[in-house]
Amino acid sequence: MTPLDFVVSLALTSIAGGVIGSLVGLGGGVVIVPVLTLIYGVTIRLAIGASIVSVIATSSGAASAYVREKMTNLRAGMFLEIATTTGAVSGAYLTTVLPGRALFLLFGIVLAYSAVATYRKRHSTEPLTVSHDRIANYFNLHGSYYDSAEGKEISYKVVHSQLGLGLMYIAGMVSALLGIGSGALKVPAMDSAMHLPMKVSTATSNFMIGVTAAASAGVYFIRGQIDPVIAAPVAAGVLLGAVFGAKVLPRITSKSVRVAFVIVLVIVSLEMLQRGVFPAGFHSAVMGNR
Amino acid sequence: MTPAEAEAMEEKIRKVEIAISLVLRIGVTLSVLVIAVGLGIMFAHHGDYTSITGKFSYKKLTTSSTPFPHSVHGLVRSIEHGDGRGIVVLGIFLLILTPVLRVAVGVLSFIYERDLPMTLVTLFVLAVLIGSFFLAGA
Repeated sequence: MTPLDFVVSLALTSIAGGVIGSLVGLGGGVVIVPVLTLIYGVTIRLAIGASIVSVIATSSGAASAYVREKMTNLRAGMFLEIATTTGAVSGAYLTTVLPGRALFLLFGIVLAYSAVATYRKRHSTEPLTVSHDRIANYFNLHGSYYDSAEGKEISYKVVHSQLGLGLMYIAGMVSALLGIGSGALKVPAMDSAMHLPMKVSTATSNFMIGVTAAASAGVYFIRGQIDPVIAAPVAAGVLLGAVFGAKVLPRITSKSVRVAFVIVLVIVSLEMLQRGVFPAGFHSAVMGNR
Repeated sequence: MTPAEAEAMEEKIRKVEIAISLVLRIGVTLSVLVIAVGLGIMFAHHGDYTSITGKFSYKKLTTSSTPFPHSVHGLVRSIEHGDGRGIVVLGIFLLILTPVLRVAVGVLSFIYERDLPMTLVTLFVLAVLIGSFFLAGA
């Protein structure tokens, strides 16, 4: 395969990554990382660098469309960014200290659990109408959005903002440590813990993952993990896909978004477990090192 | 809050959201253009990269030992030499900056809404983001 074939085929795959990533709020990395490592045989180091780029591309591409639909809760997103960005900065410096293998195993299990928890919640989509959360009330983190699938304006209240902050700090750390998985913790934190509606959670997660990824992107760049030949088609393809995904989201039901999220979460969880078991990458474990 | 005040507030928030969305679009479009130009230059300089069934494998460009700019100094030098990959990295840089820019616009918008708590929150996030680039040694 010549570089041109590589760039073109990867750009096309990245479009799919952008659509899926923006719908479920996890970023294009969930598709890009396995495709790069399993199909193209790219080392995990560079795949993670490309993932960080794809997360920013998903976020910026989708957010420009979501914000207009009022799907994103900007106030809650920005408030929670306090925790994710500090988490990301601390995480970027913990990579050398913490054993990556154990982390992958741990988060593989955590994500599998949150997939189950999110799936169980699939029938209860009624948003809250009152909140006694003093922080959420002080910063006025509550909101409303127009749901095209249900054909009405939906108002909701936010609760448990302290728990949300704690989970977001961990999400930021994970994002910096593992390169993926930040949205996978952000969506359940907002959906399950803080009671934001599912679609608002994925849209707000999309908004946030870009900011979180930007906080660790500098470190990835300096470490030489952002290879332009990989990152260019990924960035362009994912951007295109994300804009499309963002246009679709308002029209599909919260339940479908939730089910899609659970499926992707299960895959990400398996991916992490696999990386904990085969640290050199599944590809080289199966195909041998060339 | 009276209904009129609530409506005025709503209108302000709306304006801010549209401004943020516009900033994002400009940043994203610009970065894609720069990336495309960089890729074009790279392929134009290396004839063996572009054939559909050539012997030159993409793997030579996508391993950990492949040389590509990964410091600000190296990036500047690579762009000065007209290296396509340097220009691609510049485009990626612009993309990485879009979320930072978004937060910066957020600060201005919360000032415009006269929302002190959220202004401080957003300023803090912006400071961490900018700090992270310096901490990285970039």
